[in-house]
Amino acid sequence: MKDLLTEIWESIRRNKLRTALTGFAVAWGIFMLIVLLGAGNGLMNAFMNQGDRFATNTMAVFGGVTSKPANGYQTGRRILLNDNDIVLTQSALFAEHVDKISPELFKGPYTLVFNNRHISAYLNGCYPTLQEMNRIEMFEGRFINQNDIQMQRKAIVLAASHAIELMNGGEDYASMIGKTVTAGGITWQVVGVYKTDRTAQRVEDFVPVTTMQVLMNETNSVDQINFSFHGLTTEEENEQFEKTYRAALNRAHKAAPDDESSIWIWNRFTQNMQMNKGTHYIRTALWVLGILTLVGGIVGVSNIMLITVKERTREFGVRKAIGASPWAVMKLILAESVSITALFGYIGMFLGMVACEVMKMTVGQSSVEFFGETVRLFVNPTVSLSISFGVTILLVVAGTLAGLSPAMKAARIRPIEALNET
Amino acid sequence: MLIDLRQIHKTYNNGQPLHVLKGIDLGIDEGEFVSIMGASGSGKSTLLNILGILDNYDEGEYWLDGNLIKDLSEKEAAHYRNRLIGFVFQSFNLINFKTAVENVELPLYYQGVSRKKRNELAMSYLEHFGLADWATHYPNELSGGQKQRVAIARALITRPRILLADEPTGALDSKTSVEVMNLLTELNRTEKVTIIVVTHESGVANCTDKIIHIKDGIIGETTLNEQHQSSIFGTETIMK
Repeated sequence: MKDLLTEIWESIRRNKLRTALTGFAVAWGIFMLIVLLGAGNGLMNAFMNQGDRFATNTMAVFGGVTSKPANGYQTGRRILLNDNDIVLTQSALFAEHVDKISPELFKGPYTLVFNNRHISAYLNGCYPTLQEMNRIEMFEGRFINQNDIQMQRKAIVLAASHAIELMNGGEDYASMIGKTVTAGGITWQVVGVYKTDRTAQRVEDFVPVTTMQVLMNETNSVDQINFSFHGLTTEEENEQFEKTYRAALNRAHKAAPDDESSIWIWNRFTQNMQMNKGTHYIRTALWVLGILTLVGGIVGVSNIMLITVKERTREFGVRKAIGASPWAVMKLILAESVSITALFGYIGMFLGMVACEVMKMTVGQSSVEFFGETVRLFVNPTVSLSISFGVTILLVVAGTLAGLSPAMKAARIRPIEALNET
Repeated sequence: MLIDLRQIHKTYNNGQPLHVLKGIDLGIDEGEFVSIMGASGSGKSTLLNILGILDNYDEGEYWLDGNLIKDLSEKEAAHYRNRLIGFVFQSFNLINFKTAVENVELPLYYQGVSRKKRNELAMSYLEHFGLADWATHYPNELSGGQKQRVAIARALITRPRILLADEPTGALDSKTSVEVMNLLTELNRTEKVTIIVVTHESGVANCTDKIIHIKDGIIGETTLNEQHQSSIFGTETIMK
């Protein structure tokens, strides 16, 4: 092994400029590959952060406007969801797939008052199950519970950002528990404070949906029904389920069973599936682009190795005459090719990673305001260690491919012909 | 018999077929010092290439040390060349970017001998040929005679059964030529190395014990030359 390395080193030393120029092309290829993948990861990480807020195996259902006449009604009729739809969703009809269920009833904005401090807030009437589905994390106290629902208690779970404002900047959330606040002419008792998500579209405070329906004249209506499900793994299965589910709800509201605009279903699972597919395509495209850039470098290495073989024909002839097997000669060329590719490839990879870190420290920290939301376009635009391993394997394979044809040419050299050359 | 050629035929097919060797029968015993003489185009180089397993032949049989050398794969040929044959070339064919000692130890590298052991052995050969001080010099820092002695050391380091020399003095002046031929003679006498020299110089051939004349692809007369009186130019010199 040491002898092989010595041979390679001697060969490279004799052709410094040539080796450096060839190596540059390889380094450039790998550099581009790493930077592309890093930037791609940054974009996708930013993308994923947005989608992380909800459990992925849930659907959200909203009422819409009918688009087909049915049962004597014309089109354009607004469908409002209500408690009956919750019962329908929970019924044996869908029990095979539906797990937990929670409605949401939005009202507001109200003025939320505590200790003479006033803030504007939306109230969201829900079931305890919403906590799990929307991944709501508690700072203090508890979320809405089953007793709140059954006894129609006037309990409220405050958003942390609201709690801070009500406490005039204080962050002692525990001190808020048990206090009373007023909103919409009703006095609520604070039972918990939850962690606010900065990317949430609107900050809400949670109350039991039953309390809201009774005290705020909503009788039995809800705005949205969320439920988690299981056993639907493919897009076809999801589609089939959505179809039957929609038909059932439509019938309950006297709309055409196949009306697609009367009931809106937002399936986070298929949504997520499509997003994963999308990121997969982007990632593949980036790899392809990077590898195509690298191919330029590889062709350069191959070319140089061919010239080397041509130049050293006589030497290889001598080596074979004194007992070098074809494989020994091939090994020499292959090892040189792999060494050049790997060495400069690593230089390129290192520089690429430095560039990614620079990106992380500059554009990775910036964010833009988008309809009142803070959106970061780049989140952690770096490549993982596993990609570095992937690139290492890629380099060895590429170096071998680049050296293969020249090495075979060298192995085929016939000693007599080589020795006759002058 | 160390080398046994039976009815060797060789034809080159470059455009017009050229029948170079037309039935060579040749036997060489262990420890012989033989020269093959012939004009250019007589087929002597082709014969040497076949003896050295650098080239194939079309018909006949070539037995080397009891092995039939026929239709070998490149790998097997390399193995036999490495173990049984040492080459000395007209133009030395040393590797320019390797020092004298590195050149000498190269055949051992292909045998898989350890670095330390082959370095020791190569040094002892260079010492034997009076080149110890030049061991770390590159070929372009050596004189022609020194280069050829390095090449002979390289050919001998694997202790081959035969040493094949193709015009070993072709690139040397007459004084150095004498030195190189004396060296070969001494190797044959003291180490009992079987040596085959291909040459067209009668003075070189005269140093050997047996002269085989080849003409138009067949063996002509074979002269026994124990007295070394064959050179028409005198016995003590190699005419240039």
